[in-house]
Amino acid sequence: MYVAVKGGEAAIANAHAWLAEERRGDARVPEVGTDAIREQLTLSVDRVMAEGSCYDPDLAALAIKQARGDLIEAIFLLRAYRTTLPRFGASAPIDTAAMTVRRRVSATYKDLPGGQVLGPTFDYTHRLLDFALAAEGLAPPAAAEADPGQDAAPPRVTGMLAAEGLMAAEEPSEAEPGDLTRNPVTFPAERAVRLQNLARGDEGFLLSMAYSTQRGYGNNHPFVGELRQGELAVCFAPPELGFEIEIGDLVVTECQMVNQFHGSRTEPPQFTRGYGLVFGRSERRAMAMALMDRSLRAAELGETVEAPAQDEEFVLSHSDNVEATGFLEHLKLPHYVDFQSELESVRAMRAAVEAERHAAHPTERHAETVEAGP
Amino acid sequence: MSGYNFAYLDEATKRMIRRALLKAVAVPGHQVPFGSREMPLPYGWGTGGIQVTASVIGADDTLKVIDQGADDTTNAVSIRRFFARVAPGLRTTERTAEATVIQTRHRIPETPLREGQVLVYQVPQPEPLFRLEPRRAETRRLHALADYGLMQVKLYEDIARHGRVGSSYDHPVMVNGRYLMSPSPIPSFDNPKMHRSPALQLFGAGRERRLYAVPPYTDVQSLDFEDHPFVPLRAKGRCTLCGAGDSYLDEVVTDDRGGRIFVCSDTDFCTGRQTMREAAE
Repeated sequence: MYVAVKGGEAAIANAHAWLAEERRGDARVPEVGTDAIREQLTLSVDRVMAEGSCYDPDLAALAIKQARGDLIEAIFLLRAYRTTLPRFGASAPIDTAAMTVRRRVSATYKDLPGGQVLGPTFDYTHRLLDFALAAEGLAPPAAAEADPGQDAAPPRVTGMLAAEGLMAAEEPSEAEPGDLTRNPVTFPAERAVRLQNLARGDEGFLLSMAYSTQRGYGNNHPFVGELRQGELAVCFAPPELGFEIEIGDLVVTECQMVNQFHGSRTEPPQFTRGYGLVFGRSERRAMAMALMDRSLRAAELGETVEAPAQDEEFVLSHSDNVEATGFLEHLKLPHYVDFQSELESVRAMRAAVEAERHAAHPTERHAETVEAGP
Repeated sequence: MSGYNFAYLDEATKRMIRRALLKAVAVPGHQVPFGSREMPLPYGWGTGGIQVTASVIGADDTLKVIDQGADDTTNAVSIRRFFARVAPGLRTTERTAEATVIQTRHRIPETPLREGQVLVYQVPQPEPLFRLEPRRAETRRLHALADYGLMQVKLYEDIARHGRVGSSYDHPVMVNGRYLMSPSPIPSFDNPKMHRSPALQLFGAGRERRLYAVPPYTDVQSLDFEDHPFVPLRAKGRCTLCGAGDSYLDEVVTDDRGGRIFVCSDTDFCTGRQTMREAAE
């Protein structure tokens, strides 16, 4: 008797056991610890925290281990955990001007108050595989340390431009910003919601969309006004206390893009801002976010909206990799009911076409049959 | 599973979803936005349906989960196991008649539903107009104006080009004479079952963050034309296992020489008929 090829509970359990075995790999090789992931795969951890929108390096490291290094899967694990956490309240807004910077560069000024601080960067490294790294146990020589001095919290470049009146002012608002994890995004979306979406959007997507604006699909003339990364204190005022206390530190990367703007009927020519702020150390992500923020302000600034990167519904609806990968991979699920309908529909259409052809040329078919005969 | 509320979602989230569902029931066929949560199952794999089920289910309910009409397809098994883990006390069943809540992907059970039952659909794309107008800001306006000319023209073009309507599943329906609605990707064969069903039909689209509903005994008409009436499709033939000639059939390829048989897609319906037949023999 035919047995339908359908998975049961046993099949799922076996598949997952096999997955666990694969995850561990060759048992003769020492198991990687979550502490090693947290300390040595820091940029993976940062990406998972950023797109998982949950700042917890230990959980991110665990997610990476559990996901076998598949970062989108790790992001998904962290998101699914995050959504179950109770909310105690909102922290005070973080102040990136008060950041203890580890790196801070500006592409618009050769030198500036606070100086250029190169920090730990891949920039200017030669991308040559370092075979010495394959041998274990070699601790790198200690890097030279500078006295942080008074430059630990340098002023913002965009602030300097604003003081000269060259930077378009942002509209200050005391309104409670929307929360896309609690309320669905509706269009047109406010900028705060756009920024939330971009802050946890897929890095590859943001990169490509931002890149498209540089290649002419959109209207961007950006300069990196300032890029800074470092540590910040997060403060929270519990209602029981009534005053702010420090509850932890965050490492963040902030990018302020300065964009040329020719002016409009109401606005004089000036520079406009694209803003990027992300968890962890990802300049690629912060820069792409800043480009996209500016690009999505096209309508607001009276520019023609013609490229995908300027279309907020297009960008915001497709940036989330947990949504995207889930829906794309759902095609693996059985679709045989729908496919059966398609089969019947295609067969019926073919039969109709065949009947029509036969009615039009009743002899042709006969001739073919004869020709095909022995 | 410790550390999680009954049925996974916290009570505040369930209340938010139930409020959205009440609105959905009050405006049949209208898509209601809701604060969809990340679920431990992937988007596109039933997160909308799972959130709806989690919000309406109680410990005294009996849950049935089907995918492609079958209780034993992997994703149905996975979702049923999920609820068995996070909803202590909940009974699960494979029998349509015994279930109080049925979560489904792509099918409506063959056994007619009764009053008091809730059918929860997993919906990949709640917007019936999305292939014609991808901008949701625009489709919302079209729904508000009940401007469904786009869809009528699409159906007309199908008929003009192919002699028949091209959509064999997810064929759009008009609910209560007002809102155009996606019935989810059920085969058009199932569409008539939605019309004036005594059961409450709830639809959840997690990724798209929309809920909608068809209250019991509501008119649900498949979109068509007077001179080209809607025709539900099914494979011609009978089920090899139970002999049913009126159920929706899956085609099963048995060899590589063109051999094929047809079996009921609804496994509970098929098993029930086989049992009855054996009892009669």
